[in-house]
Amino acid sequence: MPSSLRADVKEYTLDNGLKVLISEDHKVPLATFQIWYRVGSRNEKSGTSGLSHLLEHMMFKGTPRYGSKEFSRIVQKNGGMDNAYTTTDHTTYFQTMASDRIGISIDLESDRMTNLIMDPKETMAERAVVMEERRLRTEDDPQNALFENAIATAMKEHPYRRPVLGWMSDIAAIQRDDLYAYYKKYYAPNNAFVVIVGDVNPEEVMKKIKAAFGQIKGSEIQKSHIAQESQQDGEKRVSLKKEAELPYILIAYHTPSVPHEDSYGLEVLSTILSGGKSSRLYKSLVYEKKLALNAGADYSGMYLDPFLFFLWGTPAPGKDVAELEKMIYAEIEAIKSFPPSEQEVQKAKNQIEASFVFGQDSLYMQAMEIGRFELLGGWKLKDTYLDGIRKVTPEDVSRVAQKYFSEENRTVGILIPQKVRGEQ
Amino acid sequence: MKSETIRKRRGISSLFLISLITIYSSLFSDAHALDIKRSVLSNGLTVLYVERHNLPIVMVSLLVKASPLDESPDKAGLANLTAELLTEGTGKRKAMEISEEIEFIGASLGASTSEDFTLVSLSVLKKDVERGFEIFSDVVVNPTFPDEEIRRNKELIKGSLKQSEEEPSFVAAKAFKNAVYGDLPYGRLVRGSVETIDRITKEDIVRFHAGFYRPNNAVLSVVGDLTEDELSTLIKKFLSPWQRGDVIKRGSVEKPQNKKRTLLIDKELTQANIIIGHAGIRRENPDYYAVSVMNYILGGGGFSSRLMQTVRDEMGLAYDIHSFFAPNKEGGLFEVGVQTKNESSKTVISEIYTQMNRIKKDKVSDQELEDAKAYLTGSFPRKLDTNRKIADFLVAIEFYELGLDYVDKYPQYIRAVTGDDVLRVAGKYLDTLGVVTVVVGKQSKISLDNQ
Repeated sequence: MPSSLRADVKEYTLDNGLKVLISEDHKVPLATFQIWYRVGSRNEKSGTSGLSHLLEHMMFKGTPRYGSKEFSRIVQKNGGMDNAYTTTDHTTYFQTMASDRIGISIDLESDRMTNLIMDPKETMAERAVVMEERRLRTEDDPQNALFENAIATAMKEHPYRRPVLGWMSDIAAIQRDDLYAYYKKYYAPNNAFVVIVGDVNPEEVMKKIKAAFGQIKGSEIQKSHIAQESQQDGEKRVSLKKEAELPYILIAYHTPSVPHEDSYGLEVLSTILSGGKSSRLYKSLVYEKKLALNAGADYSGMYLDPFLFFLWGTPAPGKDVAELEKMIYAEIEAIKSFPPSEQEVQKAKNQIEASFVFGQDSLYMQAMEIGRFELLGGWKLKDTYLDGIRKVTPEDVSRVAQKYFSEENRTVGILIPQKVRGEQ
Repeated sequence: MKSETIRKRRGISSLFLISLITIYSSLFSDAHALDIKRSVLSNGLTVLYVERHNLPIVMVSLLVKASPLDESPDKAGLANLTAELLTEGTGKRKAMEISEEIEFIGASLGASTSEDFTLVSLSVLKKDVERGFEIFSDVVVNPTFPDEEIRRNKELIKGSLKQSEEEPSFVAAKAFKNAVYGDLPYGRLVRGSVETIDRITKEDIVRFHAGFYRPNNAVLSVVGDLTEDELSTLIKKFLSPWQRGDVIKRGSVEKPQNKKRTLLIDKELTQANIIIGHAGIRRENPDYYAVSVMNYILGGGGFSSRLMQTVRDEMGLAYDIHSFFAPNKEGGLFEVGVQTKNESSKTVISEIYTQMNRIKKDKVSDQELEDAKAYLTGSFPRKLDTNRKIADFLVAIEFYELGLDYVDKYPQYIRAVTGDDVLRVAGKYLDTLGVVTVVVGKQSKISLDNQ
């Protein structure tokens, strides 16, 4: 393995269970600090969707020591940037700053891990902000709205069926005390880990981390039951009528996630189908047949539970969405019937490996990568993952296509544009 | 401590070399000095180079002064179409061969046009740099613009324009630019329109390429795991055949008159997409730095800005609200953008006016001023924290004539800004009486009387 790809991470665990992963990179005098909580929409129950995400917003709303809005103000006046995001599986907070100011991140993050006030009035104002966020991202974005519909159709049991943002009526029903209980339940050192990448001295940083996080008590995280998705035994179809200019088609197949042995073949398959202009879907549907404006595949094995492999496309103006659907299946049948060439598989592997090397250009991306693998079972999984990719053969690619790309296993979503428009 | 040294060195190749300057930036400690080498080749190409061996990658950016500023309104989209077609066929490679070769080595190569210039970018692993640089040079110097590819790309761009119409933010931005700049280059879409794209001929494209894609009209930057000798060899081998040419001088863009206007566009949406603004400033305006501080306080400073604090934090009426000055070479835009549920539009617009008038009338607090300056100076190193960002930064400082010591100068410019400067530039560059207001949303639920 090229040395640039070998993970070089120092690992520490505090007595309260907080794990800390540090990777030194001295190319610029900066450091990124990330704290990952093992909670996301996957942990929410029916009727309470959106809790994890609203909690992420409330984390910026103050503790007795640092009032509302102080957090970002302190980071920004130190020249840093900070943000946070919530996914199905985790909630991550991060700051990037001059590396000699990493103490600021440590101080602020340890404080809000346990001392949030969650003022009732501010909670209600932030709930309204999240409803605006949902209007922006989902209600008024026809393709995202279709994704949400198709996922909720494909998954009938597992919580991945619910959007990370939450359903509108669920968000509107969130009460401050429920949210506070959720915070107390999941935000604890033993349900989190820290990733630091940059121009730092690990021993010095660890002294600060022990001083700040050390006295926070671990809590007992009850592992509650999470419904597992059962096998799908027949095609499901869903359509969405919304104001839009062009139709859109989305096809989703249930697939396993890393480190399942098929996940590597699926990653290579996805790259063969969709990795650039020479990939199969673009070349056939956009370039040669001129049937689509764009078309691609989207698979990520980086989930805690099995999720979906997506194929999607926009028909070129004047072309039929049904015809596009048929031709996507033709591409799928081709790769099921004939293994791709060695050259094609090698190209996909080169692309995947190169994207890891280019990712090292950014401290933030390096930390993200360490965090994502840590979440799935340990940062060393990155090496396992790249080895897995290297071992994929043309026959493996055909085999996983045959195994997962079946009519019984698929859900098809179609956006049907409605025109309602005027200008005043 | 400031530790700038300027020295001349033998470099790249004495055949090409005219001047070579090295700058160490004081923003970074010596271990992190950004050592920029600049040279001008005998064919007129300016080359900026930073050697960094921390990762086995090489980032290449080529800025070509070719943009909507160089096309006629009836052929809007010509600069963009030409850029799109660079990678769609050369004297020795067909379109599909270019993507096949680039993707096989896990590299990426593409060209994109913005208001002021076209940027051709290559990201390649060190071990494949010769192959990557050869293809990169081939698409810049020898594109053939095959008829079939022209037809195909025209259809794709027209389709993408149609698809963009379903994004409310695009619809608002398009109407806003046009209301402020009309048919001037900055008032049009870089991609052009269906009508203007249809008018573009192969001859137009070939002429545009021959006229503007010249080494003496371009700036190259190379950042990464490459020695000076290796770079010199690559340039000699692949870019020395690139011929200097006479380039048509760009006309200047007149500043439009601000005129109060309101545009309402009806769409079946739950949120109104609102843009309020007017013409802004040019990048070379000496007030750029005071304007940056003022805008940070008004609406540029993320969670710290006044607009975010009132409209999001206190009123809970938006997920995002921001203001920015887009300072281009020949002019610019100032705009406040926000999305709020249709029914809240009037309240939010009124709050934007309140905040614009407030910063025009009252001096900002010392705390706000200090916070803004601390952020703008302190965050600067983050703009240069990857090889890709450095490569793009280098061609921009050359294009906007900011000087190789800009990394040192920028914090000085920002630190010099006073509260009186902020008040003065707010008074001068924010024009509440001449604003264009665009509201895209469900108009039956939006009522804007008295605006």
